[in-house]
Amino acid sequence: MNRLSIIPLSRRSLMVGAAGSAALIAGTHAVAAQTSSAGRTAVIDVNRARADPIPIAIPGFTGSDGASAQLGQDIANVVTNDLAHSGLFRPIAQQAYIQASSAQGDMPNFQNWKAIGAQALVTGRAEAQGGGQVRLEFRLWDVLPQAQLQGTAYTTTQANWRRIAHIIADVIYERLLGEKGYFDTRIVYIAATGPRGRQTKRLAIMDQDSENNRYLTDGSWMVLTPRFHPRRDEIAFMSYANNRPRVYLFNLSSGQQRVLGDFPGMTFAPRFAPDGNSVVMSVSTNTGSDIVSVDLASHTSRRLTDSGSIDVSPCYNPDGSQIVFNSDRGGDQQLYVMGAGGGGARRISFGSGRYATPVWSPRGDLIAFTRFGGESGNFSIGVMHPDGSGERLLSEGFSVEGPTFAPNGRVLMFWRQSAARDNRGSGFSSRLVSVDITGFNERLVTTPTDASDPAWSPLAA
Amino acid sequence: MNSKMIGALAAVALLAACANKNENASTGTGAATTAGPVPGSQEDLVANVGDRVFFDFDRSNLRSDAKATLDRQAGWLAKYPQVNVQVAGNCDDRGTEEYNLALGQRRANASRDYLVARGVAAPRLTTISYGKDRPTALGDNEQAWAQNRNTITSVR
Repeated sequence: MNRLSIIPLSRRSLMVGAAGSAALIAGTHAVAAQTSSAGRTAVIDVNRARADPIPIAIPGFTGSDGASAQLGQDIANVVTNDLAHSGLFRPIAQQAYIQASSAQGDMPNFQNWKAIGAQALVTGRAEAQGGGQVRLEFRLWDVLPQAQLQGTAYTTTQANWRRIAHIIADVIYERLLGEKGYFDTRIVYIAATGPRGRQTKRLAIMDQDSENNRYLTDGSWMVLTPRFHPRRDEIAFMSYANNRPRVYLFNLSSGQQRVLGDFPGMTFAPRFAPDGNSVVMSVSTNTGSDIVSVDLASHTSRRLTDSGSIDVSPCYNPDGSQIVFNSDRGGDQQLYVMGAGGGGARRISFGSGRYATPVWSPRGDLIAFTRFGGESGNFSIGVMHPDGSGERLLSEGFSVEGPTFAPNGRVLMFWRQSAARDNRGSGFSSRLVSVDITGFNERLVTTPTDASDPAWSPLAA
Repeated sequence: MNSKMIGALAAVALLAACANKNENASTGTGAATTAGPVPGSQEDLVANVGDRVFFDFDRSNLRSDAKATLDRQAGWLAKYPQVNVQVAGNCDDRGTEEYNLALGQRRANASRDYLVARGVAAPRLTTISYGKDRPTALGDNEQAWAQNRNTITSVR
């Protein structure tokens, strides 16, 4: 029953020399590897896991030598961290383990894991392959029925180990919950340093778990609102370069940047279409802003709104047939949905206060938004169905803004500002926060500096 | 062109001095400098005309106090026809970033249009919006927010 598949790693171009084998191999019992994980239903569903997180044991992967054993422990730590942060898993502390690892042989001693309350067990092995390559093998076990749920091996460069750990965490999430995970992803955001009012703002990118943080611009010009391309290693963002605030495209592989479109005024609030072939954004007019879509191949643009109001923050639904956006055409900021070709806009937000920054869930079932200016004066992050029904507020504060969905639609990230205590701006801060779409498991996201404008990448293919 | 360049450089130097003085202004010093601002400079605009006008929350219509300031700016610009200015629109942070970029632009347009209507040649004016990202008052209270809902005219 212990099947093992070796799967190739598709690589981001940034990851130099990640080698993968395309072969599928059988494990100790020769059965077609692909069937070992296909068509299985989830062990537990997400709603149950929210109420009762899955207890899981993740001992350090064993190693063929000292360095490999250390790598094995590092991988287990990253997997543990990913799963714990989701709120849907309860990794059992390694100190509680009866045995330190899965020990010898393929079959775990299930009694030892059952005794500490583990419902699932992850075992693995790291083997140095020479030439900077490492082979990482992992298995996921359902402890009570004593069954292997998944077995996979990866061959990659040593430097890629974190990414493999996130991929393993995603496999575990998907096998146990029946839905895609979101751990092999990145966050692009705006990093801010310096005193309020004169802040230096840089584009920054990091792994979803805050590791591998790096800066993509040097802070010479203010930058805002980065967003990921759905497939390419590319972002759209707004830059004040040369005091001409415009939307730019930034190819992260080549480092090339270019202005998107040729408009006399400011362009802002970009988002890629789901097929990646165009960008929808706002262009300023004398009385407000219109929404346009710009084809990335032909560079032709098409005006989708012309209301004389501020039409801003457009975002497509997953199939690209509709656009939700923000407009003050009715007097103050509310959310509207229109066809992707423009026209027929209908208002969907009707609670007290103003609504802004709508984003459509990748699952299609929800629109997340910022709401503010109601009775409390506070800001909130919330979700509603695309027809405006079922509104729920998930987080509230002096200032919370700008939700972005994890690619599986289960988690939101946004930014939270604290109020300055005095007129010198003391106590002002801006931080990233993540929260489950039900409002539970709110967590501060670590960043080296103040941060805003997060955008979640798609799951790496 | 040369004299304009020198004027701009002088304005930068004086602005720096001015910024230092402003920190003491709350303690009540704020005495006049020995030499007055260079005529036609940013400091001249700030000291003798007023470089900014203020708006109500989520509004871009010009109040009467704003019109009075812009009238003085138009007169000053008529006096110094070689001076070009940028009108920057700003918002308080009790709104969302992307919307406020549009709102700041609307405010900048409102001030620009008023100046043009008062006879300033349109090519002398550029506009930009910083939304809520360039607050001049750093607090989070009604007074600070009122100061941050503005357009600021600056010599280019």
